[in-house]
Amino acid sequence: METSLNYTIWILILPFAAFVLNGLLSKRLPNQVASAISIISILIAAALSYYLAFVYFTDIGKAAETFMAIKAFDQTWLRFTESLQIKIGFLVDPISIMMLIVVTTVSSLVFIYSIGYMKGEKGYNRFFAFLSLFSFSMMGLVVATNLFQMYIFWELVGVSSFLLIGYYYDKPSAVSASKKAFIVTRFADLGFLLGILLLSYYGNSFDFLEISSDNGAAVSQMGGITFMGMSVLSWALLLVFTGGAGKSAMFPLHIWLPDAMEGPTPVSALIHAATMVVAGVYLVARMFTVYSFGAPDVLEIVAIIGAFSALFAAVIACTQFDIKRVLAFSTMSQIGYMMMALGVSGYAAEGLGFTASMFHLFTHAFFKALLFLGAGAIIHSVHTNDIREMGGLRKYLPISHITFLIACLAISGIPPFAGFFSKDEILAAAQMHGMIYFGVGYLVAGLTAFYMFRLYFMVFWNKNQPAESKVHESPSVMTIPLIILALGSIFAGFVPFGNLITTNGQVLETEFHVSLAAATVGIALVGIVVSYLFYAKPSDRPERIAKSLGGFYRTVYQKFYFDEIYLFITQRIIFGIFSAFIAWFDRNIVDGTINAIGWLTAWISSRIKGLQSGQVQQYAYVFLGGVLIIGLVFFYYWMR
Amino acid sequence: MSWSDFFLMQQELALILLALVLLVVEISLDTENKHKIIPVANFLFIPILVIGFLNTSTGSLFGDMYITDPTRILMKNILNVGVFLVFLQVSNWLKTQANNRNRISEFYLLIISSLIGVNYLISAGNFLMFYLSLELTSIPIAALAAYEQYKHKSAEAGIKMILSSAFSSGILLFGLSLLYAGTGTLNYGAMAIASVDLIQSMGFIFFFSGLAFKISIVPFHLWTADVYEGAPVAVTSYLSVISKGVAVFVLAIVLITLFGEIQGLWQEVIYVTAILTMTIGNLFAIRQKNIKRFLAFSSIAQAGFILLGLVGGSNFGTTAVLYFVLIYIFSNLAAFGVVSVIQNASDKENIYDYNGLYKTNPRLSLVMMLALFSLAGIPPVAGFFGKFFLFAAAAEAGMYVLLLIAVLNAIISLYYYLLVVKAMFINSNDQPVPKIESDFFARAGLILCTAGIIITGFISWIYEYMLNNSFGI
Repeated sequence: METSLNYTIWILILPFAAFVLNGLLSKRLPNQVASAISIISILIAAALSYYLAFVYFTDIGKAAETFMAIKAFDQTWLRFTESLQIKIGFLVDPISIMMLIVVTTVSSLVFIYSIGYMKGEKGYNRFFAFLSLFSFSMMGLVVATNLFQMYIFWELVGVSSFLLIGYYYDKPSAVSASKKAFIVTRFADLGFLLGILLLSYYGNSFDFLEISSDNGAAVSQMGGITFMGMSVLSWALLLVFTGGAGKSAMFPLHIWLPDAMEGPTPVSALIHAATMVVAGVYLVARMFTVYSFGAPDVLEIVAIIGAFSALFAAVIACTQFDIKRVLAFSTMSQIGYMMMALGVSGYAAEGLGFTASMFHLFTHAFFKALLFLGAGAIIHSVHTNDIREMGGLRKYLPISHITFLIACLAISGIPPFAGFFSKDEILAAAQMHGMIYFGVGYLVAGLTAFYMFRLYFMVFWNKNQPAESKVHESPSVMTIPLIILALGSIFAGFVPFGNLITTNGQVLETEFHVSLAAATVGIALVGIVVSYLFYAKPSDRPERIAKSLGGFYRTVYQKFYFDEIYLFITQRIIFGIFSAFIAWFDRNIVDGTINAIGWLTAWISSRIKGLQSGQVQQYAYVFLGGVLIIGLVFFYYWMR
Repeated sequence: MSWSDFFLMQQELALILLALVLLVVEISLDTENKHKIIPVANFLFIPILVIGFLNTSTGSLFGDMYITDPTRILMKNILNVGVFLVFLQVSNWLKTQANNRNRISEFYLLIISSLIGVNYLISAGNFLMFYLSLELTSIPIAALAAYEQYKHKSAEAGIKMILSSAFSSGILLFGLSLLYAGTGTLNYGAMAIASVDLIQSMGFIFFFSGLAFKISIVPFHLWTADVYEGAPVAVTSYLSVISKGVAVFVLAIVLITLFGEIQGLWQEVIYVTAILTMTIGNLFAIRQKNIKRFLAFSSIAQAGFILLGLVGGSNFGTTAVLYFVLIYIFSNLAAFGVVSVIQNASDKENIYDYNGLYKTNPRLSLVMMLALFSLAGIPPVAGFFGKFFLFAAAAEAGMYVLLLIAVLNAIISLYYYLLVVKAMFINSNDQPVPKIESDFFARAGLILCTAGIIITGFISWIYEYMLNNSFGI
């Protein structure tokens, strides 16, 4: 069995080779050749991944009705001690295969799309080199057999996304955004590193399979050792989750995500929709056995943070006017959903949340990538990010319009589109765990439908474009990926996830809850209808108010009263005050705290500068003071 | 003891021979051609490196005055590689500074003298030998710090270095006398301390403080920034990697062989100083405007991280220290190499002078960026692996609070390293440093450093090799 999977290494080698080639020869290669190298390598990797998925799920994966984890290869790389070694390997199991499919599919489409989107930009070859590097890193992360390998690729993903977000490096906002993304995620990553050190020290292994073996018995001894009221295992897993929360933009480590929208749109589609941002969810899922058996308390925290982030981001999304920021907050909200689903999940027969989370990750990848790429096509055509300046685009961008609509329906959870099935499972799992989670999830479902259709109506309906408008549809290299993703958004929901991806590899019976489904669709429809009332027509309300003053009482009653009062309550009070407050809180308190830490450091630094006066005599005094300190420390411990 | 026993000291003897050969070459060159000693010295140094890596001898000489074993040879080799890189980087500066032309050989002779001291210091098996070689390592460097004596700052650096160095030597010597008074011997083997009494404790404290001066551990670090800033870049490079490296190695040897029994006590001292050193080094680094001062404080902070490897007193920790020092040599010398190239070409040494460097000198900027990433410990460059093993050593010793503080410091350091990267790549500048063509040796030096930064982490046998060779102390 070992030998039959040797080809999997090419899934990693090909994109890396493309990066090296494009990186080294970037100035010499013609643009077409550079993009062809990247695209062909990722397409082959995608083909191999699909083949692997087919072989695994139909043939080699199943033993005794259970999907097994297989190591295609696992090479020792660095040796700490005899038992603790760092390896580089390729893990094949249901979730790694699913992620490979997601990553290669979305990458391929984004690469192809970028031919059109980046045409004529300077540094075109460099861009494709970075894209290949990113895909390589992401796949290395996905197939990691151990925590350390995952960490290395985790950081590589961070570095390549830093390069991609800062791609417009002569644009200051892009640069500061890429720096922010880098530093915030680094902060979280160091938590992750501490977690790894703790786990490996007590568990004596980096290997995922070893850590998770026997339902986490290997690390359960850590449960006994406590530190500040929580077991060391819980601390370690909490720290690991911090890393995941940073990458996946969970509150309060989400502040980099909206700013990261400064990067080119295909980058947002690749990194901030389908791949890098879900790495945190993947990480928790990868170690789910350990979380579930070793630290249910941490899993509860995961659920709380997930639920809160989902709600928080959904509310903010309702107030944004930058099309990409709306999508960014929407991503944060949906990932919160996935985290919440993981957090509420049990094991084996109670593992619906896990399956639902992975299912949602899978479907979300399609429709969110589609939304971002669609947004890219729109921005490409109208040269603005501000949805107030758009409107009536459905006549000019027919393909973008239809595909965007499909994505909006999918994310809102309207059957039979993909999001419906996965969202339904998440809500069912939440309902089993606690009504509060269900309530939040249900509310977020309604908000999601509202803000997505607010976006849809403002962009494609609302006012009309001026007659002389030269807006036209994007080239077919950009629209074909949209169509493919739209097909994915329609059909991805029919994949029988319960049979394929479960906590313990055995089939999980998922039932379809008619009443729940009806309720979910109901609130989504409410959201859509409300946004239709607000945004489908041009906003000539000032005019209508003027008209109504001299017009019929009936008009006043129906339009003025109904429309305006409702508008007043929702827009002014709910969105204007409540959402604005949350947005303000986000900007000032959360961001401000981070800035304050930086400021405090600088302040302390300026306070102690007097120590460094330049006078040798004073240095000698300090030196003697130092001897005294050393002496005191030494004797203090000696006397004890 | 037969004559062949002298070959145990083959590395030191080869260095002495090199010094003599260079003296003869210097005499035979006329005034116009003094610079020709540069390629001679650089190429003659290669066989010395080779001898070092082929050397596998184990044994002792002169009644345990001199000890050699694979671990010590490995330490010497690491530092010799560093000196070779320094040699490659200085050629441009030595050639272009007209005032130096007649004194080029001085530079090489003084560095080699100091290096001989470094080698003997590592191999010392007796505190008398230890003290003599320690002085031999630092006095030539104090002279070199004042090499550009026509510059006010260089002269000041020289005098500051010699004064503070004399002071610290006095303290250290006092510590050694107390240790002698307590044990009645200067020999490492006979001295090994089993339990502490007052005199020996005092001895240890003074000894440690004296050595801490060489490593620039807070609060014995104050001389560092002034000397680093004033001295020529080449000397600063040497001070920041070689002098610091040897002091760390010797501290490791002495702590483990002599004071192994009282580990519980010195552990706490290292613990406290590690925290102080990382934190203070970082806090000062943030506000520096001068790139040399900036790198001085960054090197202080790095020394704090190195102490994490010593705190457990384990073999694993020692390996981590050796490995980190090698990576630190590559990273720091790459950074100083770029600083040196730029200072030679334009005489600029402020961080804001680096604004827009990427536009005019993309390759130098990339090298600098890699070097700073490595110092900050960002994967996948080698610096990350170095730090990782140090962190792992602290985790192994169960010092989680220390580990947490170290990680926080790593984040702070990331911030200020990125400031320089930002300056080079992002900030705009009306008058950026013009395009620089560096000479063969400087280029070779930077290429070697960059290669080291990239591959040392990934090529696992380098770490394996160190792991297999660092159990000898």
